[in-house]
Amino acid sequence: MTESPLLGVRGLTKFYGARVGCLDVGFNVWPGEVLGLVGESGSGKTTILNCLSGRIAAGAGNAEYRARDGAVADVLRLAEPVRRRLLRTEWGVVHQNPRDGLRMGVSAGANVGERLMDLGARNYAMIRGRALQWLDHVEMARDRIDDLPETFSGGMLQRLQIARNLVTRPRLVLMDEPTGSLDVSVQARLLDLLRSLVAELDLSVIIVTHDLAVARLLAHRLVVMKGGEAVETGLTDQVLDDPQHPYTQLLVSSVLRS
Amino acid sequence: MTHYNFAYLDEQTKRMIRRAILKAVAIPGYQVPFGSREMPLSYGWGTGGVQVTASVIGPDDVLKVIDQGADDTTNAVSIRKFFERTAGVRTTTHTRDATVIQTRHRIPETPLAPGQILVLQVPIPEPLRWLEPREAETRKMHALEEYGVMHVRLYEDITRHGKVAQTYEYPVVVNERYLMRPSPIPKFDNPKLDRNPALLLFGAGREKRIYAVPPYTRVRSLDFEDHPFEVERWRQPCALCGATETFLDEIVVDDKGGRMFVCSDTDFCRERQRRNDAAQ
Repeated sequence: MTESPLLGVRGLTKFYGARVGCLDVGFNVWPGEVLGLVGESGSGKTTILNCLSGRIAAGAGNAEYRARDGAVADVLRLAEPVRRRLLRTEWGVVHQNPRDGLRMGVSAGANVGERLMDLGARNYAMIRGRALQWLDHVEMARDRIDDLPETFSGGMLQRLQIARNLVTRPRLVLMDEPTGSLDVSVQARLLDLLRSLVAELDLSVIIVTHDLAVARLLAHRLVVMKGGEAVETGLTDQVLDDPQHPYTQLLVSSVLRS
Repeated sequence: MTHYNFAYLDEQTKRMIRRAILKAVAIPGYQVPFGSREMPLSYGWGTGGVQVTASVIGPDDVLKVIDQGADDTTNAVSIRKFFERTAGVRTTTHTRDATVIQTRHRIPETPLAPGQILVLQVPIPEPLRWLEPREAETRKMHALEEYGVMHVRLYEDITRHGKVAQTYEYPVVVNERYLMRPSPIPKFDNPKLDRNPALLLFGAGREKRIYAVPPYTRVRSLDFEDHPFEVERWRQPCALCGATETFLDEIVVDDKGGRMFVCSDTDFCRERQRRNDAAQ
């Protein structure tokens, strides 16, 4: 690992009126690292993700991102054109509901190719070739390239959404409960895929999940959220096997043992 | 008709529309909002075009009105009469004699000359509308030149049909900057937009937008490197005048499957028939 983090979040705060969205949250994401944000519903996990991706405006704090060219900028205060460009080049966002992240009216190939066309690709054969490559990467059948997402199962939709994000080789991917709506066996295969992609592409990932099993499988480090605050941070095994904060202890002990 | 102001609209309204036109000419392809007025014809019949024409026409102008290439269909006849009565201007069906041409769905086959104004009636001005329903978002996309999604649509066409199946309203980029919907002209007419010596004005009455392509402005139809832009071709010439380089309409002539292909531009076709007759 290099000595400086890819993303350094400090004092991130967001109020919804008088209610707390997240309060004074800070963490680092290092190159190649998967950071898990865990906690119950309403604990502020998604708020953090939305602030980072610019879907909602943060109240206070900063998030310093080190771009591919080495320049460091506060992504919470980027000019809109720069932020939108960042989101389609160096970042990716994987939504819990793939329908939010996909264009449901056009074929799988067009979905994967969109980011390339956004960046100026104007050769049909090249775009199609890259789309095929990425279908391979996410273990989808090549002959589904011309099918509409409507005809795909939930697991395939999520794979397609991941391919669509990774086609421009982003460095940081924000994932909001990527396996949340899938059944257990599909979930397991998708987690496997994510793990190998992260290793292969040297991706940094911030993954939001309420599922500690997912966190244990994917995340290197965890931030445990409660009531908008980060109550505990540490290596995944350390947090899950030896929780220090009472809330983390409760969270870990409430997982059903099979 | 002494009860109406010249060309129906009051002078303040014309002034407002002219300001919008000036802005549109200054930023080729950019959609300028304007305070569209109620006109004595229904939306979809050319209210935008009529307001633009009313604002640029003067007593010495000669007006031609085209509907789907023809001078003698309802829309063309009504609008021509409207300006005869409210402005007292001379009208013509000859493209060459006109100084202002209002048109729906076609650009005349006869090349336009410097000094002429072509006014196009536009139903939906926003090229990104069916791809992005939010107006605030499409404006942002124009401002930031985020036009990749238009190519997604072309990609999808090629994937499904083997070629870009869009035959009218084919998207163009004006002056290498703004994406523009060239009103519902057939893509056959797209090349005529490029570096046209005439001033091209677009008016959308219901959507309250005006945009323009100033004379000699570069207009490029979108395409892929390996699927270049192409216009329609017909296997036979016009059945009336024998033209091979014009846009042809298919006309059903009986109930036994008989059909003929004739020029959609009636003025061009008649002129050519007259010359054919004279040559014999």
